[in-house]
This record gives sequence, C-alpha cells and structure tokens, in this order.
Amino acid sequence: MTDQTTRAIVTNGAPRRRERHALTPGQWIGRAVVVLVLLVFAAFFILPIIWLVLAPTKTNSQLLQEGPFSFGSFDQLAANWNELFAFGSGVFTTWMGNSAFYSFTALVITLIVSVPAGYALALIEFKGRRLLLVTTLIVMLIPNTALVLPIFLELSAAKLIGSPLAVILPFSFFPFGVYLTYIYFSTAVSRDLLNAARIDGAGEVRVFAQVAMPLATPVIALVGFFSFVANWNNYFLPFLVVGGTKIPVQVGLANLLANVPAFNPTTASSIVIQLPTLALATLISVAPILLIFLFAQRFLVEGMTAGGTKE
Amino acid sequence: MNAGQSRYGYVFVSGYTLLLLAFGLLPTLYALYLSFTRNGAFVGVDNFVRVFGDYRFLPAVMHVALYVLFWLVSLIVLVVVLAIVVHGIRVRWLGNTARFLFYIPGAIAGASSVLLWLFVLDPSVSPVSALLHAMGYESLINVVAVGNLPVVFTVIAFWAGAGSWIVIMYGALNNVPVEVMEAARIDGAGPVQTAWHIQLPMLTKWISYMGVMSLAAGTQLFVEPKILAQATKNIVPEDYSLNQLAYLYAFRQNDFSGSAAISVMLLVVALGLSAIFIFRGKLFERD
Repeated sequence: MTDQTTRAIVTNGAPRRRERHALTPGQWIGRAVVVLVLLVFAAFFILPIIWLVLAPTKTNSQLLQEGPFSFGSFDQLAANWNELFAFGSGVFTTWMGNSAFYSFTALVITLIVSVPAGYALALIEFKGRRLLLVTTLIVMLIPNTALVLPIFLELSAAKLIGSPLAVILPFSFFPFGVYLTYIYFSTAVSRDLLNAARIDGAGEVRVFAQVAMPLATPVIALVGFFSFVANWNNYFLPFLVVGGTKIPVQVGLANLLANVPAFNPTTASSIVIQLPTLALATLISVAPILLIFLFAQRFLVEGMTAGGTKE
Repeated sequence: MNAGQSRYGYVFVSGYTLLLLAFGLLPTLYALYLSFTRNGAFVGVDNFVRVFGDYRFLPAVMHVALYVLFWLVSLIVLVVVLAIVVHGIRVRWLGNTARFLFYIPGAIAGASSVLLWLFVLDPSVSPVSALLHAMGYESLINVVAVGNLPVVFTVIAFWAGAGSWIVIMYGALNNVPVEVMEAARIDGAGPVQTAWHIQLPMLTKWISYMGVMSLAAGTQLFVEPKILAQATKNIVPEDYSLNQLAYLYAFRQNDFSGSAAISVMLLVVALGLSAIFIFRGKLFERD
C-alpha cells in the first residue's frame, strides 16, 4: 500500500489540508530548525567535494588568494593535469593502472569463488555448512584493517611481499560478497525450482550453471561493485605489502604528499608538486568510485540494507 | 541430506574456503603464534608485557579510546536525528536530494579522504577558512594540534561514513507502518514525541549494529594519523594510534612478535564485538 492510498483511506478520501492551516509559532520554530539543520549538514557533506572539483582549475597563488569556490580556467586545469602526469615520468598513470589491475583481478576472483559458495550455503545441505556460514558472518563484521598486519606477517613468512599476488589474493577474500549471494539465493531462488530441474535429469553443475546463475545477475553486479569499491579504496594492505612502482594510487597519493613544498618545506626532491596538482590527483584517485556512486546509488543502498529489511 | 548433492556443496564452497583459510584463519593463527614466541621459542606473555610496558602504548590506547568515544556519540546522535528529519520531509525530490548529498562523500575513502581533509583543515586554502580563522586557527599545524585530533578524526570519519548509515536508518524508518504514524498524529503526538516513542524504538536494532561496527572500526585507526603525521612532519605523532604502533614495531624495530601482540589484541576486540553481535543480535540470521 502506498503512502498516498493509506492517507486517502485514513482521511476518507478528503484531501489533506493540514499544511494549509496557519502554523503556530512553535511549529514555525520547529520547521526553521529542521531547515537549518538540513542546510548545515548538506553544506558540511558537499562543500569539500565542490572545493575539490574547483581547486585543480587554479594556480597555486589563486588557490591561496582567491575565494575557495572560485573557478580558475580550463587552461590552468590542463597545466595542472600535465604537471601531474609528467611527475616522475608518468608514475601517476602507473599507480592508477596498478589500482585498476589489482581491484579488477581481485573482483573477478571474488566473483568466481563467492557466487558458487553463496549458492551452496543457501541451497545445498552439507556437513559444516552452518559452521562456514557463522564464520563468514563473523569475519564479515570485523573491520578489514584488523587482519592486515597478520596477513602482512604471514605473507612475509611466505616470501610473497612485493608481489602483485600479495595484494590481489587478500583482496579476493571478500566474505561480504559470499553473504550477499547467500542472502540472494536463499530469498530469490526456490529449492523446488532446483529440484524440478534435478528430476528432469540435470546434474548439480548444470542446475547451478543453467538454473541458478541466470537468476543471479543482480547480485553478481552488487558484489562486483562492493568488492571493487573496497579494493580501490584500500590503503593499509598495499601500503605494507608492495612498494616501488607496484603501489596503487591510494599509496601513491601519500607519496605525492612528500613532494608538496607547502606541507614539506624542507623537501629534498627537486621536482615539486603544487597544491592544485595534489588536489587534482586526489580528485582523479576517487573519480572511478565517485562515478560508480553517482550512477549506481540505488543499487548500493539495496546492498547495504540487505542485512535486515526482510524479517 | 543427499550424498551426491552434499559432495557438490563442498566443490562449490572450496574456492572461498581456501581463501578464508589463507587470509582469515591462517594469518590469525600465525599472529597468535608470533605473539607468544620470540625467535621461534615460546615465551608466554612476554611480548604482551613488553608492549604494555612500552611508554607509547598507553597513550595510544587513550588516543584511540577518546576518538572512538567522540565518534560513537556523534554518530549515534546525529545519524538518528538526521535520518528522522530527512524521513519527515514530505517533498519527495527534496528528501532524495538530501539523502544523496549526505551519502556521496562515502565514495571518498582511505588516503584520498585524508588528503581532501588536509586541504579543508588548512586555513590558507580551506573552503571554510573564514570559520577556521574565526576559531583562532592560523595554520594547519594549529588545527591538528594533538589535543584536537580526536575531534578532527571524528569529523573526517563522520563526513565519509555517516551518509551510508543515514540511508540505512532511513530504510528502517520506512518499515514503520504509516497507520501507526497517522494514529500517533491523530492522538495529538508532535513530531518530537513521535520520533521518541515510535521511531526511535524501531531503530534500536540498527543503532546497536552501527555502534558495534563503528566501535570495531574505530579501534583500527591508521590511515588518518599516518598521513597527517607525514603532512605535518610528525607534529601529529607517528605512534598516535595502536595500528601505527604495531606498524612501527614491524617496520622500524623489526620486532614482528611485538607487532603481532598488538594486532592480536586489536583482533580479539574486533572478533569479540562481531561474535557477540552475531550470536546475540540475530540481525543476520536466516536459518
């Protein structure tokens, strides 16, 4: 039942007039407070992003002297762009490439292992299923940083430090993805449907590949998004396990910071990065995720609330 | 239970189980092993005693505790208030826009968000430089003085994290039947009374979920102080948080046992909170 139909029933079909009545002073104050709270928090959340979009269009001195929300010029944006991509003979491109490579490869492995796992946990009875499920839930709820140092210690004992695998394999372990596919299969696919296919003589692999998989497209996209976002934004793990030209852009950004004279007046490096260029690097580093958020907002919200809306 | 089916069950979970063992269980066990040994010999709780005795340990615990306290209180109060306020907006596009604006900073995480906040907190370039000047701050160094850090980290974490919680709470508020809200209104309940007596009780489960998750995440503080330390030439100390200290043990002092001891303590906190929530909270039960 929609909000409107309910309201129509409650008010016996009469259109609501309450809003048109004159507000009491108390209601006025209440409404004003609400508007004020919303405006203050909207500004708090959005102004830093607007600033970040505008800053790369300015020169260093414009950034320091002009108003924070002024627009510089497209020429200056191009100049900052060139400075950023020329830095360290194009190392920023390498970092972005590394981020894309790590995040995407891990995403593929995550999907290959989590979709069948979620399916089996939801729809197949086997010994140890409950143990695996509970373990998944517990690991899913611990912050991913909690395992970073132990994973580093393990990888250094295994002599894997410095290898791309040291980033990709831990990234591929994504229990939240298994949980999402588990929830999806246990609510959206019925056992009867699978049993019907079995009675028709389909083997287990065919039941999974031809009955369950085609139904799973929405959850595959959902897990893909979450995994990509988590991988791309991860700083701590790659910071510990890879170095040199293998670092992703999150770690690279912090390295750029060391070459900004405004933050490091004594910087030894002869090549310096100006503030607007650092802002541009920050903006580019988040651009892929920002785009995903802009275009897949509804999608992501569904995933976040998958835990408890259906009781 | 069908034997043929159950065999395929194992095949289907095998890849994930391998990763779970390799990057969930094994690192935990190895960190445990390291934390109770030194150069391969069992030393009991020596590593823990050594870490406790480190002059940097207690301050790091206090820093993290203070930050977590600030963050939890502000998160719970403001997220609930904002979710209820946004939920009360009758104009549909306005409500959607508000949620979207609150949510979008969540895209900016990790080092990127700290870098952005370096700019925001630096009075010489900040979008709110007038505000910072009015508060008496003339440079980044003033703003990120050690005493201010719990508030600074709270603001950064709230900026990036609150929006998704607001969206979740908003979804939960949609589950309050319209009839109940309508009845309360007819009985003469104002918006504040409705929020307190009807909406808030519906949110308690989600509030406790948010509290537990945020508490666990807060104890892990690393990237914010790490990058601020770098940007301020260690005016923000490089041993401010527990994870930073664990990092220094491993990388500066080459003391993997001490590093493992700190990690194990943090991991116990995270696992404990998560397990309590799974077994007591029932939020994720499906069977």
